Amino acid sequence: MRYLPLTSQDRNAMLERIGVNDVSELFADVPPDKYLRDLVNLPLAKSEFEVQQEMNSFAGASMPANSLPSFVGCGIYHHHVPATVDHLIQRSEFLTSYTPYQPEISQGTLQALFEFQTQVTMLTGMEIANASMYDGSTASAEAVLMANRITKRNKVIVSGNLHPHYRELIKTLAHYSGAKCATLVPNPIGHEELIQEIDDDTSCIVVQFPDFYGHIRDLAPIASAAHSAGALLVVVVTEIIALGLLQSPGSMGADIVAAEGQSIGNGLNFGGPHVGLLAAHLRHVRHMPGRICGETLDAEGRRGFVLTLSTREQHIRREKATSNICTNSGLCALAFTIHLSLLGQCGLKRLSEVNHANAITLADSMAEIEGVEVLNRAFFNEFTIRITNKDANDVVETLAKRRILCGVPVSRLEPDKPELSDLIIVAATETNTAIECETYVDHLKDVLQ
Amino acid sequence: MSINSESRPIPSFLANTHTPDTTTFSGNKGLELEEGLIFELSDNLHKSGIDIPAPSNCEKRLGGLERSGDIGLPGLSEPETMRHYVRLSRKNYAIDMGLYPLGSCTMKHNPRLNEKIARLSGFADIHPLQPQSTVQGALALMQMLASYLLELTGMSSVALSPKAGAHGELCGMLAIKAAHDAACNTRNIVLVPESAHGTNPATAAFIGYKVKTLPTSNSGTVSLEAVREALSSEVAAIMLTNPNTCGLFEPEIVAIANEVHKAGAYFYCDGANFNAIVGKVRPGDLGVDAMHINLHKTFSTPHGGGGPGAGPVVLSESLARYAPLPYIKRDGDILQLVENQLEAKLDGKAPLGRLTAFHGQMGMFVRAITYMLSHGSDGMRQASEDAVLNANYLRASLKDVLTQPFGDKTCMHEVLFDDTFLKDTNLSTLDFAKAMIDEGYHPMTVYFPLVVHGAMLIEPTESESKANLDQFIKTLRALAREAKSGPPERFIKAPIYTPRRRLDETTAARKPRLSWKPTSKVDKVAE
Repeated sequence: MRYLPLTSQDRNAMLERIGVNDVSELFADVPPDKYLRDLVNLPLAKSEFEVQQEMNSFAGASMPANSLPSFVGCGIYHHHVPATVDHLIQRSEFLTSYTPYQPEISQGTLQALFEFQTQVTMLTGMEIANASMYDGSTASAEAVLMANRITKRNKVIVSGNLHPHYRELIKTLAHYSGAKCATLVPNPIGHEELIQEIDDDTSCIVVQFPDFYGHIRDLAPIASAAHSAGALLVVVVTEIIALGLLQSPGSMGADIVAAEGQSIGNGLNFGGPHVGLLAAHLRHVRHMPGRICGETLDAEGRRGFVLTLSTREQHIRREKATSNICTNSGLCALAFTIHLSLLGQCGLKRLSEVNHANAITLADSMAEIEGVEVLNRAFFNEFTIRITNKDANDVVETLAKRRILCGVPVSRLEPDKPELSDLIIVAATETNTAIECETYVDHLKDVLQ
Repeated sequence: MSINSESRPIPSFLANTHTPDTTTFSGNKGLELEEGLIFELSDNLHKSGIDIPAPSNCEKRLGGLERSGDIGLPGLSEPETMRHYVRLSRKNYAIDMGLYPLGSCTMKHNPRLNEKIARLSGFADIHPLQPQSTVQGALALMQMLASYLLELTGMSSVALSPKAGAHGELCGMLAIKAAHDAACNTRNIVLVPESAHGTNPATAAFIGYKVKTLPTSNSGTVSLEAVREALSSEVAAIMLTNPNTCGLFEPEIVAIANEVHKAGAYFYCDGANFNAIVGKVRPGDLGVDAMHINLHKTFSTPHGGGGPGAGPVVLSESLARYAPLPYIKRDGDILQLVENQLEAKLDGKAPLGRLTAFHGQMGMFVRAITYMLSHGSDGMRQASEDAVLNANYLRASLKDVLTQPFGDKTCMHEVLFDDTFLKDTNLSTLDFAKAMIDEGYHPMTVYFPLVVHGAMLIEPTESESKANLDQFIKTLRALAREAKSGPPERFIKAPIYTPRRRLDETTAARKPRLSWKPTSKVDKVAE
């Protein structure tokens, strides 16, 4: 086996040093009737070439987004990631290192995390950020629990226009951790009234920006209503590139921002791995879950970086920790940081403008199709259409057969709400050329005729 | 004439050269390059390392919420950015550079085939919400991973979506809670040995359980007696790591599982140390009800400087129906993701809810199954045997100079030492670990498990050759000897040959500086 360096000669010499005759003697504590004498029922070892052939056949049985026009979003977006990003994250020193617990030989990872945290604060308009969470959805659930710790309250108000899977995750964790979760009814036309739901028991109110249906709303009034009731505003962002063009959640009064960072530096990956961003105010840092990197000095007075404030974390605090989270999403965070460094402020702004412009162009040509209603007035790179004369699900499937991934039917995420079953959420990014958009519009027209 | 370490004579013009003052004008030292933060490398906000065509001309529709003012991200070209991150990378130790014997972390070789396969566009460029008819290959791969995991663990179902080990613990413990809720049990205690990973008690507490700590016996294991004593009608579950964090296989595990089940509780197994027993014994045969599998440990998906991981959870028959959404089912020739409660109910399932937005760490699934196919049933069994053999070889070769807290006995894939050998030296485990860094090794896990004073937990993994281990043994023996009888400077001042010396972690925590501010000053370089 090519990955195993020991030869049988080595093994024998080592057994001799240990003082046993056979390796099975090292497993003597395994109950004899449970010890497997034979191989498990799986195929034997294969050469690299054989494995590659087998995996190619799996990979070939799906339709990748870069092989056809794809307008699928809803939390994960198809963007171009520069070759430099993937090259750098595959450097052995980044790819094959562990959590930076020995800072003297981990300054590369630590400094990159410090840069990551800084970039996240700049984008979100917050004071601090941690070194990343698993993904946007788990970051959002952790943000809610963090708000509960800060306010010492446990009633959570969740916008109906929060991504339904995020909502379910928050509901799951709230249910098992004894918090109350009030979820509003989805409002796909973007007229959700949230403020009147806030009361004196409210710990936080969770709002997505731009929301699940693509709408953009001013968060400042919600923030001030929350704050005057002693509650916090948790803002969820699933398309982080939007913040290149939009006011930051922090500038509108957000207390905690939880975001999916996939759009910068990371591929679709069928939903994982991605990178969760979590940002907040400095005064709440000790309630924050997850790793945090901080600046300090070394024994010679030189600047260096360490993981810090670990008295919040499970390996020190055990059952009193702020969360059970141990890993972050290190390599995905690194990809985020490198991509954002390549973009810089003007690159990010340009990228977000292209996304916005492509979505506007697409929305406008769709609005002219009979049988299609565009529900959004303000949006970034994603909007919702209503199909008025055909079944929305059928439209999605028919277009997929024509090799166009036209968007996400809302019914897939909200199966128990028939009133939403005629909706499709459509995303357009910088990867969608004018020709792709025209192809989409032509086929949609054709299908709806 | 002097002789170098390879027994070659050193020419006199070299031997006579005295080492110059170690400061340089640039602050760099040859290949060791100082590097500022990215924000300090440019104050030009109008430059970019990516060319993006201009947007089409249309009026923005942002509801009057367009950002004004600078974000502050510096502008750099591609070569500048490339150089910055390459320079940073060189300040890291990595498994590709040398032995990385972190106990409980399983730092094994990361085959590059796995990286290549994970980047095939049929895995990397598919969207979790595109029509299921267009992702059958991906679902088939997930199904294959599931079947491999079930075969290796002897369990009846698997939840793939948890995103890391601790997330898997959460999933398994929620399944247990869901099962108790369904039976209207209000049990509220979870038993956790004091040697457990911190994530175990943190997970139990996270979902409202009270944690009751089990003592570690004199032999470093959990005794049946202690479990019996702690069990009651209030106990919902026990969380045991097996092999445990002292590197030992729990010899009474089957009896403990029986006792736990008799008391109406469930057995959660922390699968962090599964690498010792793959193909040797199946957790399902030992009475485990739920166990997470760290794909980034046992199945070699790279650690990436601290993630991403992946933590699928295998479940026993009694917990299978509570597995979270989504899950995959076969409908004739078609694989289908079940993503909602309505559909799951029709299947006779009672999912505990949802733990993440999508289907799990697909990129890690691909790497893990590639690893499994490469190894095969024979290779995986051999890997476990070699991992255990390597750890025992270190034990046998170091036991006379280091000290073992529970006496000298066979270990599994990691060997635990304590700091007794440093008694009367004024040196700590930390000093010893830092001196290892100067010798070119990443230290072992230190101060964990907490039950052992000054713990040093060494996990060599199966990826090390005998020659590497022999060199490591030689170094550790020399260090141990030096610690006991030599001058302490080598330890107290260590590390010296690193990009940074010991860092002031106290000040970092007391006066947190968690992001760069424009006022930060670049390091002073010699003028």
